[in-house]
Amino acid sequence: MSLSIVESCVNCWACVDVCPNDAIYQASPHFMINPKKCTECEGEFADAQCASICPIEEAILDAANEPLNPLGSLTGIPPEKMAEAMTEIQGR
Amino acid sequence: MDLNVINDAEIPKAESGCSSSGCGGTDDQLSHLPQDIQDKVHNHPCYSEDAHHYFARMHVAVAPACNIQCHYCNRKYDCANESRPGVVSELLTPDQAVMKTKAVAANIPQMTVLGIAGPGDPLANPERTFETFRRLSAEAPDIKLCVSTNGLSLPDCVEELSKHNIDHVTITINTLDPEIGAKIYPWVFWNNRRIRGKKGAKILIEQQQKGLEMLVAKGILVKVNSVMIPGVNDQHLKEVSKVVKQKGAFLHNVMPLISEEEHGTFYGVMGQRGPSAEELQDLQDECAGDMNMMRHCRQCRADAVGLLGEDRGEEFTLDKIEEMDIDYDKAMKMRAVVHEGIEQELAEKKAKKARLAGVTVSQPEVATRPVLMAVATSGQGMINQHFGHATEFLVYEASSSGIRFISHRKVDQYCIGNDTCGEKESALSGSIRALEGCEVVLCSKIGFEPWEQLEEAGIQPNGEHAMEEIEEAIQAVYQEMIEAGTALVQETEASQATA
Repeated sequence: MSLSIVESCVNCWACVDVCPNDAIYQASPHFMINPKKCTECEGEFADAQCASICPIEEAILDAANEPLNPLGSLTGIPPEKMAEAMTEIQGR
Repeated sequence: MDLNVINDAEIPKAESGCSSSGCGGTDDQLSHLPQDIQDKVHNHPCYSEDAHHYFARMHVAVAPACNIQCHYCNRKYDCANESRPGVVSELLTPDQAVMKTKAVAANIPQMTVLGIAGPGDPLANPERTFETFRRLSAEAPDIKLCVSTNGLSLPDCVEELSKHNIDHVTITINTLDPEIGAKIYPWVFWNNRRIRGKKGAKILIEQQQKGLEMLVAKGILVKVNSVMIPGVNDQHLKEVSKVVKQKGAFLHNVMPLISEEEHGTFYGVMGQRGPSAEELQDLQDECAGDMNMMRHCRQCRADAVGLLGEDRGEEFTLDKIEEMDIDYDKAMKMRAVVHEGIEQELAEKKAKKARLAGVTVSQPEVATRPVLMAVATSGQGMINQHFGHATEFLVYEASSSGIRFISHRKVDQYCIGNDTCGEKESALSGSIRALEGCEVVLCSKIGFEPWEQLEEAGIQPNGEHAMEEIEEAIQAVYQEMIEAGTALVQETEASQATA
């Protein structure tokens, strides 16, 4: 069981500092999670720490390769409401 | 209420001997602050419009991580061609940052201030940030340290901040209202959870206010930055200004939102507009009744090096500084001599201004109207730059109450890149657009083609005051306009349109 980081990672370091297991390391072209160390924060925190601070949607996947922060989850705007939100914002 | 109103000629005259503002004795900025604060900021280029022509600053990018998301920020920050907050070319370890700081300090002795401003939030990277501060306090004690933060972790860091050579902290406060905050901050990372919307914004706001109060209680100077976002917090920022002043912040810097689509920020992609130069100026003027406003901020990169408005970062990349062999003790002695020279020059300028202020300018009986004029300058408070070389213009307002600095306007706004950034308009039309609202542009020289086009755009080019002091030249041009009848109240739209 381990989370993983994929290529949309922007190398911002935020996850490294909050990982309770030192499972995340700098690599090229982006940070990686050591599957031997990652516990998905089970028993430690309610939510996986890396995925709770990661600013990029779909950059961290769970063991089933599903994004922990799916599209729209970090902007607060689900894809189907995008057009509506844009109209509101452009009216400002 | 005991408020300082800008353009109130009596207050600044009494204290700074300067009838005008902008470059030198900025009456709407610093000159009426208590002496102990003036002493702390007089050689800080970001806090004093006067000092920024002489003293340089640098940022070291040791703080990549962030604990919140702002809709004006894109966490992918490594564009070499962009100049705006949050952007850097290479991240540094604290060790590299100390080496770079010493290299810059030795090579640019005018550098007085080292800031950590990201590209994330410095206090969300406490180990890297404080390690850098700890070492610089010990190894380069002649450098002032400062830090900027979103405020979320600030209350936990005040104690540590007060231990170093840090006497200024900048907090970015965009709102006091969680409702508005939710439109700016989609989430914060707090107590090991991602907290979204209003709830997250409320936590952030409370932490910012608490941090502000704690810093003031410790005697650390606090500047507040606010990003003006039309339709979101623009009207509300007047309230922010009032409250942060009451709590003891000494300077408020209201900056325009930068939201180009190609920057990839939420606001950029969604089409949120930034304010016009006029909207920004109006808001700054409205806040100025309550608070000292900062108007010369260049919204620089998180790894900028040099005088404000310039970036010499290219000269100090890691591979280059590794080859430099810096003897800092020796450099420190040389720096002290340079700083003393600058202080002397500034004192002379101040004395000269005081003399000039004593000369009464004959005020005509007629009612005059304010006129905006732009200046091309490469520093030292002089009109000393060729129009075609100007990457930014300083905008001043001349009126019956004197000359005051309004803002700077960048020509190639936010992107100094080349063809990679898409089709570029000609530099000339960019310059003319930057001068919108100005009636005169003063420069050392100007070519025939831009001269014609400026005239067509209703902006009078003027190269007659090359190498003169900015404010004296503006005063002279304004006087000419009054005499020619073009700066009188009754001469309205009709004459401007044909000017």
